[in-house]
Amino acid sequence: MSTATTVRWDQLIEPDRVHGSLYTDPAVYAAELERIWYRTWVYVGHESEIPEPNDYVLKSIGPQPVIMTRDREGQIHLLLNRCSHRANLVCDAPQGNSSAFRCPYHGWTFANTGALLGYPFSSGYGGRELKGELGLARVPRIESYQGFVFGSFAEGGPTLAEHLGAAAGEIDRLVRLSPEGRIQLTAGWLQHKVKANWKMLLENETDGYHPQFVHASIFAVADSGIGELYGEKSTAVSRDLGGGHTENDLRPEFRRLGEPLRWFGTTADRLPDYVARMRAAYGDAAEQILIEGSPHVMIFPNLFIAEIQIFVLQPLAVDETVQHVTAIQFAGAPDLNRRMLQQTIGSVGPAGFLLADDSEMYERNQRGVQTLQPEWLVLKRGLHRQRLDDDGHLIGDATDEVPMRAMWAHYKSLMEDGR
Amino acid sequence: MTTVRPVDVDLLRQIEQFLFLEARLADEGAYDGWEALWTDDGVYWIPANGDDIDPTSQMSILFDNRSRIALRVRQLKHDKRHAQNPRSRLRRLLGNVELLDGDPADTEAGDVVVGANFVIYESRQRGTTIWAGRSEYRLRLVDGAWRMAGKKVMLVDNDRPLTTLGFLV
Repeated sequence: MSTATTVRWDQLIEPDRVHGSLYTDPAVYAAELERIWYRTWVYVGHESEIPEPNDYVLKSIGPQPVIMTRDREGQIHLLLNRCSHRANLVCDAPQGNSSAFRCPYHGWTFANTGALLGYPFSSGYGGRELKGELGLARVPRIESYQGFVFGSFAEGGPTLAEHLGAAAGEIDRLVRLSPEGRIQLTAGWLQHKVKANWKMLLENETDGYHPQFVHASIFAVADSGIGELYGEKSTAVSRDLGGGHTENDLRPEFRRLGEPLRWFGTTADRLPDYVARMRAAYGDAAEQILIEGSPHVMIFPNLFIAEIQIFVLQPLAVDETVQHVTAIQFAGAPDLNRRMLQQTIGSVGPAGFLLADDSEMYERNQRGVQTLQPEWLVLKRGLHRQRLDDDGHLIGDATDEVPMRAMWAHYKSLMEDGR
Repeated sequence: MTTVRPVDVDLLRQIEQFLFLEARLADEGAYDGWEALWTDDGVYWIPANGDDIDPTSQMSILFDNRSRIALRVRQLKHDKRHAQNPRSRLRRLLGNVELLDGDPADTEAGDVVVGANFVIYESRQRGTTIWAGRSEYRLRLVDGAWRMAGKKVMLVDNDRPLTTLGFLV
């Protein structure tokens, strides 16, 4: 029997609190793999990581290693890295260009479409042709949006557009910051490993309550204004975008300040080439785009767009998660991209001014949640003041826990699905 | 046949003593003393995904110019740098110290380049982590004292998932 059907989710997830065992119970983790990671749409990689025919890159869906390939015709495939013969890994290099993958164990060779091309000493199979039936396993559904490639292990279910819902608009808002309307994830990835359940990271990504405390040291010594965006007086809002997707919408603050590029902590005169290209591309609309800046959105379950960085969450065990991170690079914006890379290197990853402190918190949370009492984690913040915005989305103040409640409600619906 | 290259033993010992000092100040969280070892143009670099990437186009674990080194030290001294409060208990061993390039008597020749392997034991509540790799230092005599103009730390596992690295490596 599936573990998902033996866990009583309604006894662990209530509207304003969740049970600590959701972060520690291996049965819960097994159920999550089945109901979330191996079923729903999960972000895998970006088309810009495999720009040329026959490019490939090793990616993952949770603990599953996935080879994202682009075939000779330009079609993208998500293949599982497991030889159909004796289960050896067929691909070792983190990225490269090849039309085929040859298993080192017995030399079986697969096209980058997954098809079995050949196997040595074929008479040993008595004249039976294996090529049609023993290709590499594939992630059955693959779709992309604005270059973001998602995969789903379910043969059927919602389309990617249905899955993204209102979150698609946040991706649109991101790519619009490129004068060419597209981003490139070409700066390489840091892999930051933490001893914590993946949901500790997921919830932290759009928790507007923590920055002033967790990041107090860097805000103080760098004289940063970021803390005020997440203060009690901030006009920014936290939002439930539906589908478990959540955001901290900082636009109200940036509109109030009215300065282009304030969201990036700089001014238009510091990036004249970029600003000129944006004005050429978008005309009068450029001003508003440059004032409002980039989204801070967590796309369930694993893609976090954090203004200038992309984070990808990869659970490896109930208490182990790898957070992959890279700097966003905007096509046609070299001067912006150089600064964005250096700012990202400073902020994120194992030694980052911000993420080293976040990761310390995830791990402290994980140790704490193993303590027996009081059993529950509290999600009450802002319950009394949450409201609907003009688009019908639930919003709260900047520091409210609207995003966590939204994530858990969606999580519960996935885990109870088919009951 | 190989030719025996003469080693300036006195220079080597001077440089080793400097490297050991730098290591001890880092281990003991003596942040001001550590920062004072840097020249005004110092660059502190921990590449990722290989040792020879271009840090102006690719992600590094750390890539600090001199002002960012100062910022990092100020953050480490702040009591809300949670990743190092409490500080990790640390001890590191340096070995295989090699003079790779440069002549301190010839200031026109540029900095002295030194390589050394390291193993660091880090203990904190998470557990014990072993960090290992090779560092390449660019050293310069400034007013009669050795100073560090560059430190490039090449972790052996810089292409794999790494735990939080909050201390000065």
